[in-house]
Amino acid sequence: MNPSVIFTNLFQSFGINCTIFVVTLLVALPVGLLVAFGAMNRWEPFRCLRGSRLASGKWGAMLVGLRPIALLIKFFVWIVRGTPLMLQIIFIYYGPGLLHWGQPWNAMGTDGRVVATCAAFAINYACYFSEIFRGGIQSIPRGQYEAGQVLGMTKRQIFFKITLLQVVKRVIPPMGNEFMTLIKDTALANIIATKEIIMMSKEFINRGLIWPLFSTALFFLVFCGVLTLLFGWLERKMDYFRV
Amino acid sequence: MPILEVQNIEKSFGPTKVLQDISFSLERGKALAIIGSSGSGKTTLLRCLNFLEIPNAGRILVNGETLFDAADRAAKSDAEIRRRRLHFGMVFQSFNLFPQYTALENVMLASLMLAKERPDYKQNRHAIHEEIENHAIELLAQMSLEGRMSHYPHQLSGGQQQRVAIARALALQPDILCFDEPTSALDPELTGEVLRVIRSLADQHTTMIIVTHEMAFARDVADHVLFMDAGVIVEEGTPSELFENTQNERTRAFLSRFSQNN
Repeated sequence: MNPSVIFTNLFQSFGINCTIFVVTLLVALPVGLLVAFGAMNRWEPFRCLRGSRLASGKWGAMLVGLRPIALLIKFFVWIVRGTPLMLQIIFIYYGPGLLHWGQPWNAMGTDGRVVATCAAFAINYACYFSEIFRGGIQSIPRGQYEAGQVLGMTKRQIFFKITLLQVVKRVIPPMGNEFMTLIKDTALANIIATKEIIMMSKEFINRGLIWPLFSTALFFLVFCGVLTLLFGWLERKMDYFRV
Repeated sequence: MPILEVQNIEKSFGPTKVLQDISFSLERGKALAIIGSSGSGKTTLLRCLNFLEIPNAGRILVNGETLFDAADRAAKSDAEIRRRRLHFGMVFQSFNLFPQYTALENVMLASLMLAKERPDYKQNRHAIHEEIENHAIELLAQMSLEGRMSHYPHQLSGGQQQRVAIARALALQPDILCFDEPTSALDPELTGEVLRVIRSLADQHTTMIIVTHEMAFARDVADHVLFMDAGVIVEEGTPSELFENTQNERTRAFLSRFSQNN
């Protein structure tokens, strides 16, 4: 077989990896921010019991300080970060059928596998991103919020005009890591036979060619090289101020 | 009528009583210094005035208007709390400048945000922006920072940063300007330039409350001095009354410790 034909095939299937990469980022970045806010939610529905007889015991005191939204979100993040992504992809793709909820992915035809993969990736990465965002937000000194408050700014204004850019600057290095992990993780999609680059190269193995599999490394290397340059540029762009 | 009246303010953090029965008043155009050792509740008092802490009891009146009344439990809207805050300006010990903005932008930011709420903002956008910018330039010039307008906070010395912070607080034309140990984070050589600025504000009869450890400065600039210890006002009076004719034993002990150190 002609190597240029093989490379064209690999290149085309790498488009699927790139699609998963882009869709995951588009969904997981904003959702991750929402999850971060959920994990920092301080709503205490049983706060009104403070000082009552019920609150005096050990369990009562725990109930009073209970933050159900934060707890629920943290539990979910634990499940997602605590299980293999490969398992999550399988679960998202085969789960509905196994639970007799119908076949939502099959209904979408060949794209169904890509959509299911994107769904699993988006959920998984939103949870990782949320922890990065949470760290970034909580590392902003209290004084920044207070300075905004005493200047009569609203919470929205404080977030968008003061904190957001400082958070962005702080999360750029860990985000660079996540972006690189993400593009390489897209290879996991081959577990449900999504036609991404590893899946494609396996087809060549069936025809007795092993080198296409190893050559896929080049695609990831180039992609990560571009990411490295991009993040380096972003960091320099943010260099005009210190946090 | 005094511009500020503080009546029976109390504040606890859990079981710890930080402020007990704090009452004082301040006349327009006067400077009030609050002195006392660390942990005596000075900073908490300032934070209560700026609604960064909510007192457990007491009332705060500005120009006769009740801004805060602990007995009045009705929830205040966010906009209402923000409007009340604007009576006070705050200068923090650690400056708290916004790092991503230049000195000029730091001074302009809050005014620009407030201007957006004006009904005529859309039509007169450029004129309003220019007006705010001119005011900010004027304030920075008053702080002798003409050449530092487009510098970012990290490019400025501590003293310069604090002067930007003072300009930022003045931009909203507060009735009362509060200083929370404005020179405690500065080298002794930078302290002077900030104190000079505060002194010039006092000369222009800016109403001020200054929490400070600079005894000589308090004595020099303030019209009235409060000495706080363990969450209560132990003694108050004019600087000469408090520093030269000290009545209370605790005040005397505190002041003697300072004169030994310096």
